[in-house]
Amino acid sequence: MPKKIIMSIYYSITALRKRLTPACRLLLAAVCALLVVIVFMSINVKASWEFTLTFRGKKLITFLLVAFCISTATLLFQSLSNNRIITPAIMGFDSLYILVQTSLVYVLGSMQYTALNSYLKWVIEISILVIAASYLFQWLFIKKHYNLYLLILIGVVCGVFFHSISALMMRMLDPTEFSVLQDSLFASFNAAQSELLIVSIVALSAIGIFLYRYHHYFDVLALGKPMATNLGVNHSAMTRVCIIVITTLIGLSTALVGPVTFFGLLVVNVAYIVCGSHYHRYLIPMSILCAIILLVGGDVLLQHVLGYDTKLSIIIEFIGGVFFICLILRKKI
Amino acid sequence: MFRIFLPLSLLLALLSISSILIGSHALHFDAKSLDIILISRVPRTLALILTGISLSVAGVIMQQLARNKFVEPSTTGTVESATLGMLVMLIFFPAASVFYKLLVACISAVIGTALFLLILRRVPLRSGFLVPLVGIMYAGVLGAIITFIAYKYDLLQSIWVWIQGDFSMVLRGRYELLWLAAGLSFIAYFSADKLTLAGLGKQVSINLGLNYSVVFVWGLIIVSLITGVTVVNSGVIPFLGLVVPNIVSLLVGDNLRRSLPLIAMSGALLVLFCDILARTINFPYEIPIATVMGIIGSFIFLFLLLRRAS
Repeated sequence: MPKKIIMSIYYSITALRKRLTPACRLLLAAVCALLVVIVFMSINVKASWEFTLTFRGKKLITFLLVAFCISTATLLFQSLSNNRIITPAIMGFDSLYILVQTSLVYVLGSMQYTALNSYLKWVIEISILVIAASYLFQWLFIKKHYNLYLLILIGVVCGVFFHSISALMMRMLDPTEFSVLQDSLFASFNAAQSELLIVSIVALSAIGIFLYRYHHYFDVLALGKPMATNLGVNHSAMTRVCIIVITTLIGLSTALVGPVTFFGLLVVNVAYIVCGSHYHRYLIPMSILCAIILLVGGDVLLQHVLGYDTKLSIIIEFIGGVFFICLILRKKI
Repeated sequence: MFRIFLPLSLLLALLSISSILIGSHALHFDAKSLDIILISRVPRTLALILTGISLSVAGVIMQQLARNKFVEPSTTGTVESATLGMLVMLIFFPAASVFYKLLVACISAVIGTALFLLILRRVPLRSGFLVPLVGIMYAGVLGAIITFIAYKYDLLQSIWVWIQGDFSMVLRGRYELLWLAAGLSFIAYFSADKLTLAGLGKQVSINLGLNYSVVFVWGLIIVSLITGVTVVNSGVIPFLGLVVPNIVSLLVGDNLRRSLPLIAMSGALLVLFCDILARTINFPYEIPIATVMGIIGSFIFLFLLLRRAS
């Protein structure tokens, strides 16, 4: 008898899965995300509502921006490099951004660094990052045809290399200069600067329009270079544009919350599973929604259930690491 | 062999002398300088040489056991496991003597490394590059567990300071355990032939008359003990055990009886060189040797990877 019941449940679930179109799933995810956001804003309010809403509101905006940045950057990167395991963070792009920032402080000195207009500073940093990252990407993905594991290994070691150089530079800075650097490196979720938020919102709106206009190109890019070229997409031009978008997103999220290695990998792979479609029309919003649910929901859990006993990044690093090992060992790429 | 060894020993002597002479206190012919040399400079130089020898030997043994050129204790979770053991002792038995801390660190290093090698055996490996990749991620996961526990008990800073390879605190009476690690490397030399055979794989080595499991466990214990001792004493020096054996193997091949002395010597040379660099680059301040070694090591690692690829 129980077997029959289990079978009937199984059949009804598969039937339900078939009936759930990607649009339906997207709607469900959006409702979930909205619920999580509402819980985040309203749970356990002890201070006055006005204070709580502004305080949590700013934090929420940071969360939303980061969710957008990391998920779309990872998704685009995976479509571009035509696989589902490499992410910009694993390939060392975050460390590269920190290296750019550290060398800027090192070369200019803290006086000139702080005197620079913060928007100008941001533009300089992002342009250096874009140039460096496009060379790295061109060299690793376009010129050479490395096998996947070697590619990841090179990326990981590159990350360690960049990280070590910035560590050395940080050691060489004197304490005042280091504190200036630290302020710009480790803006936390609670205390993101308003200027940075404005820059991010402007940049992200531009990128959002770009994504909306070009989402069908990514569907074709994900088929690989020969197929994409055959279908009439200028692969190298598109690659260049995508690299600019990806590095800008990485720069933004790293500036907002520092490097998070495995978050993008986790979110995008969850999105692949629950999305039920390979079209970027659905994949992009779905991965953003997944990121929001994980990030905001994770913070709610951490704050109200676990009492801030640990940091979200530690847990993400742990789960992401295990997930990554399983992914490469089973090669579900 | 002699032709390689003579210049290397001269170089080692030269670097050791400069390591003794370099420091923020200028040396004169008086009692105070003698004290500084005997209490601080000579122990530091010895600690560097011993660490260099034992870590590079541990690296090459690890490479034989995992049958992969791109692994070493810090990319197989051995270092992280030792740190985890250390951390557990710091939390639960902070008053325990160094010996017990060391013992627990070594035992946990054995368990962690064995687990990694078990994972490697269970999964079919499609590519040689998969082994170090899984190792680095495994180390990362262990690192996350360490951070999690340390954060909970407010030990994050002390554990970071502890495991970062740094020789500035070495004084007479605080480095002598490293002799144990170097002694283990010396003992490993007597089983060099067996370890070379074990590197050919289980089937081949059993066919050649080797008791594979015994040699395997033996190698595992040596690697874990060396790692435990160096982590507890001087911290992590990344990529040392990877870079040195690979370069030596490019020069003289993979027969450990021939290459092991050379590996030990080059390891000592590299560590001495990096530490002198770390002491002079921002004189009179010091930079931890781990930072310098991180740059040099990852650069050479990249070079080796790209060389293998082409």
